Amino acid sequence: MSTRMFGENVKRNIDPKLLKGEGAFVDDIPLPGALHAAFARSPFARAKISSIDTTAAENHPGVVAVYTSDNIGPLDIELPLLIPHGSMTDARTQRPLAKDDVYYVGQTVAMVVAVDRYTAEDAAALIDIDYEPLGVEIDIEEAVKDGSPLVHETHPNNIAADFTQVSGDPEKGFAEAEHVTRIRVQVDRSTSAAMECRAVAARYDSTTGELVVWDGTQAPISVRGGLASILKLDEDKVRVIAPDVGGGFGQKVLLFYPDELLVPYASINLRKPVKFIEDRRENFIGSTQERTQVHYIELHAKKTGEVVALKDFFYHDTGAFIPYGIAVAQVASTSIAGPYRIPNIHVQFQAVYTPTVPVTPYRGCGRPQSCFAIERAMDQLADELGLDRFDIRRRNLVGDDQFPWVRDGLLFADGLRVSLDSGQYHKALDMVHEAIGAGDFAEEQKKAREDGKYLGLGLAFYVEGTGLGPYEGGHIKIHPITGKVYVNTGLAGQGQSHDTVFAQIAADQLGVAVEDVILTEGDTGAYDWGVATFASRAAVVSGNAIHKTAIKVRKQIITAAANMLEADESDIELRDGAAWVVGTNRSAPLAAIATATNPLRYAFNEAAQAATQFAPASRHDGPALDEGQHPGLEATDYFSPECATWAYGVHAAVVEVDTTTCQTNIRKYVCVHDCGNMINPMIVDGQVMGGMAQGIGGALYERIEYQPDGNPANANFVDFLVPYATEIPDIQVEHLQTPSPLNPLGVKGVGEAGCIAVGATIASGLTDALSPFGNEKFHHTPITPSMIFEAIKQSVPSKNETI
Amino acid sequence: MKPMTTIVQEANRAEPKSTVKMTVNGTEVEREVSTRMLLSDFIRHELELTGTHVGCEHGVCGACTIIVDGRAARSCLTFAIQADGADIRTIESVAGEGGELHPLQEAFQDNHALQCGYCTPGMIMNILSQIEAGDKRDMTDDDIREMLSGNLCRCTGYANIIKAVRAVTDTTKRS
Amino acid sequence: MKPSLFEYCAPGTIEEAISALEADPDAVVLAGGQSLIPAMNLRLANPTKLVDLRNIPGLSDIVIEDGVIRVGAMVRHRDLELNRDVFAANGLIREAERHVAHVPIRNRGTVVGSLCHADAAAEMPLVLLVCDGSVIATGPSGQREIAATDFFQFHMTTARETDEVITEARIPVLPEGAGFAFEEFARRRGDYAIAAVSTIIECAEDGAITRCAVGACGISERPVRLSEVESALEGKSADSASVLAAASLSSEYVTAPDDMHATTEYRRHLLKGLVERAVIAAVARARGEQS
Repeated sequence: MSTRMFGENVKRNIDPKLLKGEGAFVDDIPLPGALHAAFARSPFARAKISSIDTTAAENHPGVVAVYTSDNIGPLDIELPLLIPHGSMTDARTQRPLAKDDVYYVGQTVAMVVAVDRYTAEDAAALIDIDYEPLGVEIDIEEAVKDGSPLVHETHPNNIAADFTQVSGDPEKGFAEAEHVTRIRVQVDRSTSAAMECRAVAARYDSTTGELVVWDGTQAPISVRGGLASILKLDEDKVRVIAPDVGGGFGQKVLLFYPDELLVPYASINLRKPVKFIEDRRENFIGSTQERTQVHYIELHAKKTGEVVALKDFFYHDTGAFIPYGIAVAQVASTSIAGPYRIPNIHVQFQAVYTPTVPVTPYRGCGRPQSCFAIERAMDQLADELGLDRFDIRRRNLVGDDQFPWVRDGLLFADGLRVSLDSGQYHKALDMVHEAIGAGDFAEEQKKAREDGKYLGLGLAFYVEGTGLGPYEGGHIKIHPITGKVYVNTGLAGQGQSHDTVFAQIAADQLGVAVEDVILTEGDTGAYDWGVATFASRAAVVSGNAIHKTAIKVRKQIITAAANMLEADESDIELRDGAAWVVGTNRSAPLAAIATATNPLRYAFNEAAQAATQFAPASRHDGPALDEGQHPGLEATDYFSPECATWAYGVHAAVVEVDTTTCQTNIRKYVCVHDCGNMINPMIVDGQVMGGMAQGIGGALYERIEYQPDGNPANANFVDFLVPYATEIPDIQVEHLQTPSPLNPLGVKGVGEAGCIAVGATIASGLTDALSPFGNEKFHHTPITPSMIFEAIKQSVPSKNETI
Repeated sequence: MKPMTTIVQEANRAEPKSTVKMTVNGTEVEREVSTRMLLSDFIRHELELTGTHVGCEHGVCGACTIIVDGRAARSCLTFAIQADGADIRTIESVAGEGGELHPLQEAFQDNHALQCGYCTPGMIMNILSQIEAGDKRDMTDDDIREMLSGNLCRCTGYANIIKAVRAVTDTTKRS
Repeated sequence: MKPSLFEYCAPGTIEEAISALEADPDAVVLAGGQSLIPAMNLRLANPTKLVDLRNIPGLSDIVIEDGVIRVGAMVRHRDLELNRDVFAANGLIREAERHVAHVPIRNRGTVVGSLCHADAAAEMPLVLLVCDGSVIATGPSGQREIAATDFFQFHMTTARETDEVITEARIPVLPEGAGFAFEEFARRRGDYAIAAVSTIIECAEDGAITRCAVGACGISERPVRLSEVESALEGKSADSASVLAAASLSSEYVTAPDDMHATTEYRRHLLKGLVERAVIAAVARARGEQS
């Protein structure tokens, strides 16, 4: 066991239980006698509520309670603004149950609690609500115009936030430029669509006053804090558990959804366990979404292609409320210059209220939009200057010797300056050039066109600020009976393999097998210092916290083992679950060391009895525990990053358009990716490929179809097209590993990476493929067959190429 | 103004019930259920076999796929009463009695073919039924994709699931 | 997403099923349930009673006789798709079935159920129409045969009366030597078609088209025969110019308005291309150039 586990393709500890159907997702937790909640939701995008009559619902057999804003006590409030920012005034957040007004289709107006979900749905349909519909404007560029219907009367022109950031001296850059490229790009509304919808269950024990909440959340510690605060409970009496969670992708990091408060409240109120298991339709109309932005981006360049200044103005659709503040828009705005030096930047956004489901981060969080803007603009600039798309990027990429590349004036979502910390951008571009076969592509494309086939090469680069603070913690304890290593951290997992990668980190320090490291996360009863899972931060922040903690425990083991084995500390090595005296066969198992370091006199098992054959673990006089000494092998430490660490990558694809069906076929797709040192390459690949599949969804298939009246027309999986296996091509992922200088493990985040550049890459490829048809630049995603048809219809080749 | 979507129902209609008898993972079960109970809810909440997951309840995602009389089926698109007399297998029946993984499950672990694991039981049951139903040796990637179509996975991008299926069906890789 | 209350019966005879339907005009027939149950889960359909056909003997039979494939009301898509005799008698069926949703849905969904659901973009109604098939409606006053062309009226509306059960679909065996094709485009595999085209073509020894049937779905309120296209092809040699000219006549059949998956103009373009492909593929088969 002296092999280093860091960097190995270790199989996942969690898999067997998930594969056997033994996972415990919220709705799998046995709660005998649990009641079930269902909601009456607004069918209007914007309306006044003139009356609510719950009589019929209350009288419905099997109904236990019906709640409206009138009888929810401390919950009849505007929910907290999670991330305040000076660019917002009077930021609007939702109430758990609507009072007087509704602001989007799907907003919760009343909650029924009944013996089962079937009955609860029956009764929810019996709640008689009178609405007076108001005018709505869904289009963000129309919504900001004078006279457009307002979502909130408090916010003229529907502007929720207006924020400008400047780096360098943009005016000077504009003046130096010899050429200006201006484009408008648009990315449409999408949603996380995790396979498990959200779910909350609560059980209140009136004898102990303890409230236990199982919540499919990415942020159990924060949920616990908020619940205790709003319900005025002692924090120690509230335990929030995020058990197995079926995907999150950002949607589950928001707090609070109405149900997260109302279900625990009902459980306390009714003295019974209560469950809310969100259904798919509710997930589409009640859980947050992201993506709609319209950018007007300008690149001010020299004739050589060197970009000397960038100006971007964009509208960001924040939906009906802005509970997460400007995070998405801020990430987009600070990522706008991508991997390019561009010394002078002026970026402004306006966040716009629309009467739609509120917007919070969805995997990518503003980066797919800003990547789409800068990369489509780079292609356009290359085109206008007659340069190759690879060349123009080479002329602007930050060089290996130029790191850290700091963009003074741009503050990232962590409130800290943007500093691209490390990378090999040129090498990555060269690798993708080689892997996609760019050198021979022109010839291949020409030949294909002669056969009536339309091939195009797409290219896009991206950067991703990852591993945001403020901090996470690690706690490690070695069990005195089994010698197994128990690790806690404050995150929650939704499929990211934390249990395995954190085990690898701990195993390396402690010399144990990965499967003997047991991670507990997502349970405030086990550990409650930390933030949450978001922003590709788990490996960076918790990973390093656990690493630091493991080093502390390692030192404890070595000290104790040296005493027990009567050797020098420098001669102790840890492997195979034991401490060894180097070059001898003298060893003490971890269980024995853990036992020996606990001055308790009971010997429960052989390991404990074995401990007695060694010398004492501690050499001191006096009481069993020396001053400052603690029993056992246990430590806690924290990691607080000085700023985000920037991963990056470059995508290239060969796409083919079938001019009959107007379908885009991805013939080859290559991603070169660098997230610093990889803890487990197999898992990194999995994250990247999964992200890319979501990116393909966003590029070609997925869009929430809001109708002009604010109703989403495709709030289901029939018409919101999440790709099946048949829609996702083979993807080749190659890695560079440029360590981050910002943390001990040299790692960067990877969770969101895959999805960022896909839209830009596909659009770039389609533009290239269809260049014989005219001048369509594909500045809008998702790119549907109807859009491709529009691009080719003026000149569909008259010759029938299918014969 | 009333919303168009409100469905007004009779408030006091009694919940009609029926008795169903079926074999689930080799064990005969008999229960009185409400006629509208979906088979997915019956399996999960009446029989407490929670390995079968529910992802959309309109037949698109495939998370709830089980094997009914030898064939993969959506348990969310079947009423429990329709399964009266049926032979049903769920994910809980796949591993060996000592808990050892089935070769298909093993291949999923070896190839990192699952992340959150929510779609996995439905995916496994669909693949298993198709492998059992016919000769699936040496499929092309597109054949495998076709086999997997009907099961959504939001985490993996499918590539590793394709590899896992290949690992159990590709004769050239077997000794 | 749970269905609202309903009563349920699973009668043992067709007569009892019909009586149950007669007694309650809001009762609905349940066969495989793969279209009905999602609609019920979404509470878009709220039938008062389900009349399940599963206990009625004989409805799962597939019988081929007198040049007709008779498909009972409980025959699952997958049974028809995999049936070798059916494949030999009418290869178009398997080709179309492969586009019907996904295997787990085809395992339970019934062919007749698809016909009765009559989604305007569904594959099997188009097959029935192109094959000049029919259905047998069994009601209080006995049986009647309804030709496909009369059966499909609008999107999700058929000529079936509420007290009738469609007990059988009748799909003709293809003529000896006939070529066929089924070309579909859906944005995502297994989804309802944006447009699909099915053709059955017979050719003379010299290769000229002697008879052809061309139909499409997904383009209007029901599956339609593209009779103008058929007329233009009959007697032609199926060279690329005449196929293109004939395919161009398909545009006028597209009446579906712009929707989230396709504009009308794009559907016209798509349909034309699918007609070309389907004609070319069927001609090649008729001429023995491919199997």
